[in-house]
Amino acid sequence: MKTAGKRFWLKQVTAAAATITGFATLAPLALAQEAPKSVRIGWAIAKTGHNAGGTAATVTPNYQLWVKEVNAAGGILLKAYGKRVPIEVVEYDDRSSTEEAVRATERLMTQDKVDFVLPPWSTGSNLAVGPTYEKHKYPLLAATAVTDKAPELAKRWKHAFFFLGTGAGYAESLVSYLESAKKEGKIGNKIAMINIADGFGVELANATRKAAKQHGFELVYDKSYPIGTQDMTPLLTEIKSKNADVFIAYSYPPDTMLITEQSRINALNPKVMFTGVGTQFPMFKAKFGAATEGIMAPGGVDFDAPAIKDYFKRHKESAGYEPDRFASTIQYTTLQVLQQAIERVGKIDRAAVTQEIRTGTFDTIIGPVKLENQMLTKLWYVGQWQNGEFYGIAPANRAGAKPAIIPKPAWKN
Amino acid sequence: MNLLDILLAGSTLGGLYGLIAMGLTLQYGVARIMNLSYGEFLIAPAFLAYLGVTAWGLSPILMLLLVLPLGFIVQWLVYQLLLTPLVRRTGAGPALEVDSILATFGLMFVVQGVMMVAFGGNYHSYTYLSTPVQILGSTVAANRLLVLGVAIALGLGLYLLLTRTRMGTVVRAVSVAPRFAPLVGIDVRFTAALAFGMGGAMVAASGVLVSMFLPFSAAMGTMFAMKALIVVIMGGVGNLMGCLLAGMMLGFAETLVATFIDPGLTLAVNYALFLGVLLLRPTGLFGKGAR
Repeated sequence: MKTAGKRFWLKQVTAAAATITGFATLAPLALAQEAPKSVRIGWAIAKTGHNAGGTAATVTPNYQLWVKEVNAAGGILLKAYGKRVPIEVVEYDDRSSTEEAVRATERLMTQDKVDFVLPPWSTGSNLAVGPTYEKHKYPLLAATAVTDKAPELAKRWKHAFFFLGTGAGYAESLVSYLESAKKEGKIGNKIAMINIADGFGVELANATRKAAKQHGFELVYDKSYPIGTQDMTPLLTEIKSKNADVFIAYSYPPDTMLITEQSRINALNPKVMFTGVGTQFPMFKAKFGAATEGIMAPGGVDFDAPAIKDYFKRHKESAGYEPDRFASTIQYTTLQVLQQAIERVGKIDRAAVTQEIRTGTFDTIIGPVKLENQMLTKLWYVGQWQNGEFYGIAPANRAGAKPAIIPKPAWKN
Repeated sequence: MNLLDILLAGSTLGGLYGLIAMGLTLQYGVARIMNLSYGEFLIAPAFLAYLGVTAWGLSPILMLLLVLPLGFIVQWLVYQLLLTPLVRRTGAGPALEVDSILATFGLMFVVQGVMMVAFGGNYHSYTYLSTPVQILGSTVAANRLLVLGVAIALGLGLYLLLTRTRMGTVVRAVSVAPRFAPLVGIDVRFTAALAFGMGGAMVAASGVLVSMFLPFSAAMGTMFAMKALIVVIMGGVGNLMGCLLAGMMLGFAETLVATFIDPGLTLAVNYALFLGVLLLRPTGLFGKGAR
């Protein structure tokens, strides 16, 4: 009943809009009456299950912060109607299951008929819901997907936008950074690498294997471990015996904590220590404190930029904890991009908004953003904990990049 | 990795597995309740310990002592309020197993939901006894050593309780022959509630211990429940020593495979071992009633 009414009403709006474009002089008065009551935003994210931790760290607080701020300002400005329209949220729990995520996304688009849908956390989930977005022509702003398939997918999926780069981007950036450190004589040419046997870990390990070969590094240890591993000692003891200067772990939050803690216990202190997702989380800083000094990971922020500082403050006030320093800033950036694209179009016209996202330049907390081939490439690929903050260090030529601390100082207790 | 390294790593991991499974083996073996919400009752005390340490400045050891009676009371109440009606309705027959699985499955979502509301989906972690201990040149974390110690102490203590006391004899009688136990004047329902509560105390203790060295989130309970279930089935339902032994077998198998073959195979070897035990000894390592 309700949906039928809405469909009818949508037609009315479209019809009205079409008529009005013909009679431009009448526009302001007529349009003001036809403005929608709300901009309906839907999301299906992991509130439970194995993705809940990553979602709560990176996705949920940003979605909530954005909705809160937009609505506090009166809503999204739809200039076609000359007024601000508040956001209305429709939310589902995908229980960390990709099938459920696809089902809920479909439901948001076909039954709830929301105006825009925001994606779930992790590479796997984003890729799983991608075809659904494409089918229903909704823009997909993927902020937490790292995949080498991004360029190819962007060609096939005209509505998908990849904001977090490719596995090869991270691997290449890290290894070429390591190569310059090698040339300066700071480190030798041995790398020990472990990765979690799941999407992100496998993609980055593959890319790193290639990059290491190209840049003249030798992989002296290269193993994967399954999700849910509760003891890393066997791996770390082996790695210690290899005497590699560089230790890379493409890990997920729980194992990132485990690897860091057990490396400290076992006095494994390589000159370069690089760990995966979770290193950038506020929990990491809270748990390890001064012992974080010198640890590298994907991501990073330019913490000296006022916009970032301000964002950290607002996030903390809203969620009660700080954002993570990898995908959080990017996640918030995608929301700013979406809002600005809607406001420029001035009405709920998904095709026009998608086109604007594809071609427009947006003013965001990470600076001006313009996508190339539906991808954001201006990213921090390597960051490092320095004096209690996780700064971007590579690409080294980007404004705000800090010089890296190599070798990593001894563990502090 | 030398022999001592492997011995320490294997036994601390095995002790952890044995410890998280001991409570389940009591609940399943004596009370005949397949408690699917077991993992949630492991994570909840972990959150309590987290609160105790970070917000109230208490020692995790104190929290450990505190949750033992608390875990007992909570699980005892769960049995009395939620499960007793099922026991009564099914006459403790085969239908009880199915009904209790459904009931505890629901309970799992309730507890998980409450934790989700209270703490969010984020990972939580604090640092306690995260100091290296040198044993004959091998390094092990103090908190993991503590887990091993507590696992052995609790396992032995409960074993003695079950084999050397009158109460233990009663519990074993209910476990072996629930239908005949009333003939010798045993109150089966009371004993089952007692065992269920004792399992609650065990799982609460293991939750606090786990929180000392593993990051945890409200969504992680199922993972622990799965691991515990494997260990319980392997060790023989209701058998504490079997539990500890099965846990040790898994811990050592994982450590050996990770060291000498490939860490990617640890899960595979876990399940291979599980299948092997089931094929050779379908009732678990120690079988039923053979304690």
